[in-house]
Amino acid sequence: MRWLFIKDLQILRRSPLVTTLLVVYPAVIAVLIGFALSRGPETPRVAFLNEVPQGQPLVLAGTEFDIAGARSELCARIQCIPVSSEEEARDMVRSGDALAALILPPDLIERLESLGSLSPSQPTVRVLVNEEDPVKARLVDDRISSLVTEANFRISKQVTRISANYLSLLLEGGQFNLLGQTFNVLGLKNTQRILEALRPELPAGSPFADALDRVIQFSRLARQNLNLASPVLGAIAHPIEVQKEDISGSPPSLDSFAIGVAVTVTLMFVTVLLVAGSLALEREENVFPRLTRGLVRRTALLVEKVALGVALSLVVTLLMLAGLSLFVDIDWGRFPAFGVAIVAGGAAFAAFGAAIGAAAREVRASSLLAFMISLPIAFVSLVGSGTVSPTLFDVIKVIRALFPFDPALDAISRGLDAAGPGLGVPILHLAILTVAYGVLARLALRRFAF
Amino acid sequence: MALPDDPIPFPAVFGESATAGRSIDRRVVIETHGLVKRFGEREALKGVSFAAHRGELLAVIGPNGAGKTTLLSILAGIRRQDSGSVSRDPGEIGWIPQQAAVYRRLTVEENLRLVARREKVPDRDAAVEEMLEQTGLGDRRDDQVGTLSGGNQQRINIAIGLLARPLVLLLDEPSAGLDPRQRERLWEFVLGLAGGGTTVIFSTHNIAEAERYGQRLLVLADGEALFDGSSSELHAAAPESGARDFEQAFVAFLRDRGH
Repeated sequence: MRWLFIKDLQILRRSPLVTTLLVVYPAVIAVLIGFALSRGPETPRVAFLNEVPQGQPLVLAGTEFDIAGARSELCARIQCIPVSSEEEARDMVRSGDALAALILPPDLIERLESLGSLSPSQPTVRVLVNEEDPVKARLVDDRISSLVTEANFRISKQVTRISANYLSLLLEGGQFNLLGQTFNVLGLKNTQRILEALRPELPAGSPFADALDRVIQFSRLARQNLNLASPVLGAIAHPIEVQKEDISGSPPSLDSFAIGVAVTVTLMFVTVLLVAGSLALEREENVFPRLTRGLVRRTALLVEKVALGVALSLVVTLLMLAGLSLFVDIDWGRFPAFGVAIVAGGAAFAAFGAAIGAAAREVRASSLLAFMISLPIAFVSLVGSGTVSPTLFDVIKVIRALFPFDPALDAISRGLDAAGPGLGVPILHLAILTVAYGVLARLALRRFAF
Repeated sequence: MALPDDPIPFPAVFGESATAGRSIDRRVVIETHGLVKRFGEREALKGVSFAAHRGELLAVIGPNGAGKTTLLSILAGIRRQDSGSVSRDPGEIGWIPQQAAVYRRLTVEENLRLVARREKVPDRDAAVEEMLEQTGLGDRRDDQVGTLSGGNQQRINIAIGLLARPLVLLLDEPSAGLDPRQRERLWEFVLGLAGGGTTVIFSTHNIAEAERYGQRLLVLADGEALFDGSSSELHAAAPESGARDFEQAFVAFLRDRGH
C-alpha cells in the first residue's frame, strides 16, 4: 500500500502546475466565498448635506439629544460624504460618485422640537437617489428607511414622554409654562378632593347636592380613565416587542461559519478532484488491469486513494487555516475537534471522488464531472430555509443529506466554535456517506478495466 | 502434467533472434480446457482449449470479434471465465497489454521499481538493472516515460511484463502502432525471450506477422477455436491453397468454415 501512496505523491510532484492549481484555486474560491458570507453588503456612499446651524441643540421634554453621536452612528451605517450645497449633492448622485444624498434642512431642529409643543410641525429630511443599479438602490432604500424608522422611534419615545407629562399635569395638577408665563393647573385629583370636601357642607335637601355629586363622579371617572392613557401611549410608542428564541440550538458564530465554508469548499475541491483524477489516471494510463490482476486488490486501491485524499486535503486545509489565522481569530486549542471534522469530511469527499473517478474513467472527464456536481451542491447547501418554497427546500434537504458538503460544513463549523453543539451527528453522517460512496466506487470499478 | 518451476533465464543479449523452424521443448507450460465466456446473450468464447509449450511462440489470430483479446484477458486474470479452466495462475503469467500500461509521469526506473515492489521480486535492484540493460534504456532511466517514443514505451511495457520472470508471456497486439523499424526490434526482442525459454502467446491482426513469428497458430472465429497448428498446415487446410499467399489462404480458410 505504501508504494502506491508514494507513487501517487511522485506523480503529483511531477505535475507542479496541476498540483498548484488544484490547491490554490479552491483555496482562493473558498476564501472569497467565506469572506463574502461573513461580511455584510458593501456600505453605500451617500452625500450628506447638513443645513442645520452648527451647535444648535435638540431638546425634547427637557432632554438634550446627542446630535454628534447620532451623526456618527448614521455615518457608520452609510458612508457619509460631507457636501456643502444641494447642488454638489445632486452632482455627486448624478455622476454616480454617491448612490444617494441625504439632506437635513435648516429648520429640522425647530420642527423636531415642535413635536413636544402644543403646535407640532412635522419635520422632513430629503433623499436624492440614483437608481441606475437596482440592487444598490434597494440597499440604499432599505438603509435609509431603517435609519429613519429608528430616528422616528427615538423621537416618538420623547414625544410620548411629553404627552404623558401633560396627562400627569391634568391628573395631578401642577405648574405649566406657556410663552414665558407660569400657570397653576388644579388637576382632576385635587378637583375631586375639593368637591368631596364641600359635599357634606351642603344643607340637607340642597338643590345643588345632586349636581355636585355628578361633578364628583365625572372627575373620579376622568381620573381613573386618564390613568390608563399613560401605558397606552407607551404601547403606541413601542407597539411590538420582539422576544427572540432560537429553537435550533446554539448555532456556530458567523466567523466560524464563514471559516467553515472556506475550509469545506477547499476540502471538497481538493479531495474530490484529487481522488477522482488519481483513480481515473490509473485507467487512463492503462495501468489499472495490470495493477489489480496481481497483488493489489481493487478495494485496497480504493482505500489507498481515499487515504491519499484525506492526507493531502488535511495538509492543505490546515495550511489554509494557518493562513486565515493571520486575518481572523482561530482557536487552535480546538484542533482535535476540527481536525477530526476535517478528516471525516475528507474521507467522505474522497469516497465521493473515488465514485466519480471510477464512473468517469478519464482524468479530464472526472475533473469536469467533479466540478459539475460539486459546485452546485455547495451552493445548494448554502441555501437557507425560508428563501425558497417548502417543497423545493424539502428537495434541497434530501440533496444535502446525500452529499458530503452539508455535514462536512456542519462538522467543521462546530469543530471551530467552542460554543457550538457537538460533532457526533455530522461525523456519523459523514461516516455513512463514506461507506456508501465507497461501495458505489467499488461497484463502478468492476467495469473499470475495460 | 508436471510443469517446470525453475525460473527461466532472460536472453543474454537484447535482440537475439530465434531461427525459423527451431525445435520446441515439448513440456507444456500452460493449457486451457473448454474456456467459455459470455457477455449477456453473446458467447465470446465457446469452449476454447489449447496448450502451449516451453519457449513456444503461439500466435492467436482471427477476425475482429473472434475472442482473441477475451482469451488473453482470461489467461492474464483480467476477466474470469464462465466455465472451463486454465492450468496456470495469472500471477505466474506476464501480461503486456496492447497499449503501454505505464505511468507516464514517472521515470523509466521508477516504473520498473514500482512493479518490482508490487510483484515482490526478491532482488529488486538486480531485476531492474537487468531489465534496463535488456531494453537498452539504461541511459534513459531518469527520463519520464511520457517523453519516450512509442517504441521505447512499448519496450518498458514489455520489461514490466517480464520483471517477475514469468514462464508465460502474453502479448496483445504488440506491434500495433509501431513503425517498421520499431516492429523489427520488438520482434527481435520477443524472439530472444522465446529463445531463452519463455512461452510467448501473442494476438495479432497482422497475418504476415503471425506467419513469420508464430511457430503455432491458434485461429479463433466467433469464439470458436477453428485451427491449431503451423502456418504451413493452415495453408494446406485452406481450399485451393496452392495458388494463394498466406493471407489469402487464411481468408479462404475462414470463408470455407462459414466466417
